Amino acid sequence: MAETRARYEAGASSAGGDVGDFVALMKPRVMSLVVFTALTGLVAAPGNLHPVLALIALIAIAAGAGASGALNMWWDADIDARMSRTERRPIPQGRVAADEALTFGMVLSIGSVVLLGTTVNWVAAALLALTIAFYVVIYSMWLKRRTAQNIVIGGAAGAFPPMIGWAAVTGSVSLDSVILFLIIFMWTPPHFWALALLKHADYERAGVPMLPVASGREETRRQILLYSAALVPTAVLPVATGLGGLAYAVASIGLGGAFLALALRVRREHTGAAADKACRQLFAFSILYLFLLFAVLLVEHAVRRLIA
Amino acid sequence: MAVSESEDREAKRRQRMRSVAIACVLGFLVIAFYAATIVRLGGNVAKRTF
Repeated sequence: MAETRARYEAGASSAGGDVGDFVALMKPRVMSLVVFTALTGLVAAPGNLHPVLALIALIAIAAGAGASGALNMWWDADIDARMSRTERRPIPQGRVAADEALTFGMVLSIGSVVLLGTTVNWVAAALLALTIAFYVVIYSMWLKRRTAQNIVIGGAAGAFPPMIGWAAVTGSVSLDSVILFLIIFMWTPPHFWALALLKHADYERAGVPMLPVASGREETRRQILLYSAALVPTAVLPVATGLGGLAYAVASIGLGGAFLALALRVRREHTGAAADKACRQLFAFSILYLFLLFAVLLVEHAVRRLIA
Repeated sequence: MAVSESEDREAKRRQRMRSVAIACVLGFLVIAFYAATIVRLGGNVAKRTF
């Protein structure tokens, strides 16, 4: 890590970044989850959008998510260099200069919003712009280094994509799209805090006040359980409005039960390898949970459209 | 600092790949705007009266 910090402080190499480095700046794994949840919002929304415009919308949303990732990496390069989880990123490694990442992120941000606005509609484009601004300015620049509630408020940025997909079709926001937002909003804290418990030392070294650093591991475990308990009924809400059908009801209750069971195990295991294993399992399952929940909703609506 | 020949070749290779990537993105944008325009105009665009 000392080598990484030295490399970061020395600045980027004269060769410039590879295309792969710029792809890495965009956090492709986060992008894929963003695109998937946006696709679900798009398919679940009432109304029709031409497949060509839907594809362009999804590409614009992906680019917007990538822009957010690049701008976050530009801003957080100093703390990325101090954490084992992030020290291999392109800027700390000196493969991409910070100002290159900034330019890349800004061009992608403006381009994605303009593309979405001119080809689909400006409501969806405004939501995309809000998402990027929220993640970069509100979360990365303001909350992340200042408060243990950083991921609770800042996590809203990750919850907007299904609303953007919905707005691409309908040109508006609705109760159902807000419910999809709420599901991801309630999911974000237990997902990130499970990781933060595992990487506690990393965040402490970097001076980031994630909940385990600011309030301790016990409080973090308690809050993981509380948010998980709130997530389960939130995830069932689509059934109440008719957005989700029988398959979704079964999936949300079953997956929610499993999520809660893993959160309970995190709450119970306090020390040693068992505690780490519980956190790792919850973190891994949380990704599968969100994917499966939205996948079932997507398939339900796709089948409804085919039958109609 | 003197740059070695291999570093110079690597820098040029990376610059070339970045230029190709930018060209692909621009090409995609041309296609996207063209396709979106056709879709939004609709099928009867050729039958408009002037």
